[in-house]
Amino acid sequence: MSTHTLSVLVENKPGVLAHVAALFSRRAFNITSLSVGPTSDERVSRMTIVVDGASTPVDQVHKQLEKLVRVLKVVELDDDAAIERELALIKVSIQPDMRGELLDVAASFRANVVDMGPETIVLEAVCSPGRLDSLLEQLDRHGTCELVRTGLIAIGRGSGTITDEEAGLAVCA
Amino acid sequence: MEVTGAQALVRSLECQGVDVIFGLPGGAILPAYDPLRSSSLRHILVRHEQGAGHAAEGYAWATGRVGVCMATSGPGATNLVTALADAYMDSVPMVAITGQVPTAMIGTDAFQESDITGITAPITKHNELVTDVERIPAAIAEAFHIAASGRPGPVLVDLPKDILQAKSTWSWPPVLDLPGYRIPGRPDAERIAAAARLLHQARRPVLYVGGGVVKSDSHEALRELAETVQAPVTTTLMARGAFPDSHPLALGMPGMHGMYAAVAALQECDLVVALGARFDDRVTGKLAAFAPKAKVIHADIDPAEIGKNRTPDVAIVGDLRTVMGELARAARALVDSVGPTDTADWVATTAGWKRSFPLRYTQDSDGPLKPQHVVERLSAMTGGDAIIVAGVGQHQMHASQHYTFTKPRSWINSGGAGTMGFAVPAAMGAQVGRPGELVVAIDGDGCFQMTAQELATCAIEGIPIKVLIFNNGFLGMVRQWQELFYEERYSEVHLGTAIPDYVKLAEAYGCAGLRCEQSGDVDAVLEKALSISDVPTVVDFRTHDAEGVFPMVPVGHANDDIVLGPEFTAAEQRAAARKEVIAS
Repeated sequence: MSTHTLSVLVENKPGVLAHVAALFSRRAFNITSLSVGPTSDERVSRMTIVVDGASTPVDQVHKQLEKLVRVLKVVELDDDAAIERELALIKVSIQPDMRGELLDVAASFRANVVDMGPETIVLEAVCSPGRLDSLLEQLDRHGTCELVRTGLIAIGRGSGTITDEEAGLAVCA
Repeated sequence: MEVTGAQALVRSLECQGVDVIFGLPGGAILPAYDPLRSSSLRHILVRHEQGAGHAAEGYAWATGRVGVCMATSGPGATNLVTALADAYMDSVPMVAITGQVPTAMIGTDAFQESDITGITAPITKHNELVTDVERIPAAIAEAFHIAASGRPGPVLVDLPKDILQAKSTWSWPPVLDLPGYRIPGRPDAERIAAAARLLHQARRPVLYVGGGVVKSDSHEALRELAETVQAPVTTTLMARGAFPDSHPLALGMPGMHGMYAAVAALQECDLVVALGARFDDRVTGKLAAFAPKAKVIHADIDPAEIGKNRTPDVAIVGDLRTVMGELARAARALVDSVGPTDTADWVATTAGWKRSFPLRYTQDSDGPLKPQHVVERLSAMTGGDAIIVAGVGQHQMHASQHYTFTKPRSWINSGGAGTMGFAVPAAMGAQVGRPGELVVAIDGDGCFQMTAQELATCAIEGIPIKVLIFNNGFLGMVRQWQELFYEERYSEVHLGTAIPDYVKLAEAYGCAGLRCEQSGDVDAVLEKALSISDVPTVVDFRTHDAEGVFPMVPVGHANDDIVLGPEFTAAEQRAAARKEVIAS
């Protein structure tokens, strides 16, 4: 699946998420994930939106987002030039004879054990999207009971920041 | 100075230069109606909030200024939704002010509560629920700025009752805080130059003129450009009047019910110059087959329109008035330095198409009354000196096709949204915005019955619009589609001509009511209708129920498949398909 990652700075005001969600619904844009949180500037929130490029014209997503009054800036992050991470909490059932193997899998993905009971274990994993998929595949053999993912967040590599002009907007047509 | 939120609202509207509000009060907006009594603002009390919304649109279309409507919370606000959607589709500058339940009750399913900002997020340019009384002046000023600037559109401001009642300190002008709101700057000079070169080199150019030309008041630059490069001009449904229909380069309306010459010219041209137009499906027909031989220049103030439907060869983002002025100048410079454009053969061909395949209908003197005939007589009698307002459907197409428009802002209709019931209230708003001018709504009987209650508003407020009902007793356009695409299996389209009695209905509403059933009476009835200026006038034209709108491109087809209609012979239709000129 060809995905595109958009970092979107928005005003931290009520109704902004509704406007973004309404835009995606209104224009029939398909999103793979959306995460939102505060930035170092309390007036500004940052959304990371992953768009399915096969079904959705990314250029239109970009331009239509920029038209929203409360959207401050939209930057498409290039996979190669960005660090992409997702946090997952995974509850896995423990089968007595496979406990060691399960912990080995967790260790090899640098997933931490954050809760352990007699029947289940909760792992915390911070991975790139591809690596997370691999981990989940491994864990499936053990029996994943419950999974929660934050959705992708991403940041550009190097010294440039999203608020730099030169790091700025991908050029519109 | 201490004022209530309601007083701040009314003062803000006054300071914003508003002269009229169309509205209807109710519980949550009640505080705002109290200071309105002592305000210079004219409030026009409508009979349904949808009427207020369309009236604000009509006012905006006719004047270029922001139209204002006001309603209470819940159903009052939701009754504005159709008008907001309509204004959003047609980029009409409008501010809607709605009451909301008190902030402490939001989310509790309180009486007359609705999440109107949530509901209207996809159909407004912007909206805001105001939760701080001190913000009212800025919220209003921002709403007007956003509605009127860039690509215009509707903005809704939702005001909870307690915010309207709270005390605040009055101050004006407020500081606008819109860090994310961008209006395109000057157009790129290199792209203007590239566009001018393409235009100068083109042998078969067509200017595809959309509503943006009217909204940016750039009709003079359009004429200068067209005449300089000698390019034929098509004016879309949103742009009728932007270029005079009487001009030798005018091809009229393109699209599904466009003039043959306009449709064929776009199919055969080597360059499309889209000016404030958006490659709407009703213009392009099957998109992949639209203007297949053409390069495209696309100029628009909205960057998101560029490449949305058709990828241009040259894109120019900017205010069309500036773009068109600079494009006309650049083209003029090329003509002066290099020589005139070589489009004479092409202009002759398009003129030949106009002669060969004109609009055609037959009005027998003793036969059924044809709607086209009424429009043509109205056009002749007014000489283009009227503001024509239409809703959606056959009457709208006949009006757009057969009225000879000579100036911008003389045509108002529901273009993108296709809203039945638009015409009467929009005509009301247009008449309020341009008092003393002749405003004529051409309406279908189906459309008319959706918003006819605003006749009461017109009569009481002294708004002397004319309403010409093309009463064929059917939802005519739907009937036409059932005739053509459902083998005449008519389903739920017959309304009947006699109920209601439109003459009596008009009189009951305090309007003059006239009826016309024969073509021979059209002139006399129109003369009488146009002579009445003290009350609104309604004319019940009993028009032919089987009359279709032609030409027509069947939906989903390429524009090359244009059907001329029953008035043309099979030989003529074949010639049209081959894009021949058959009349000298």
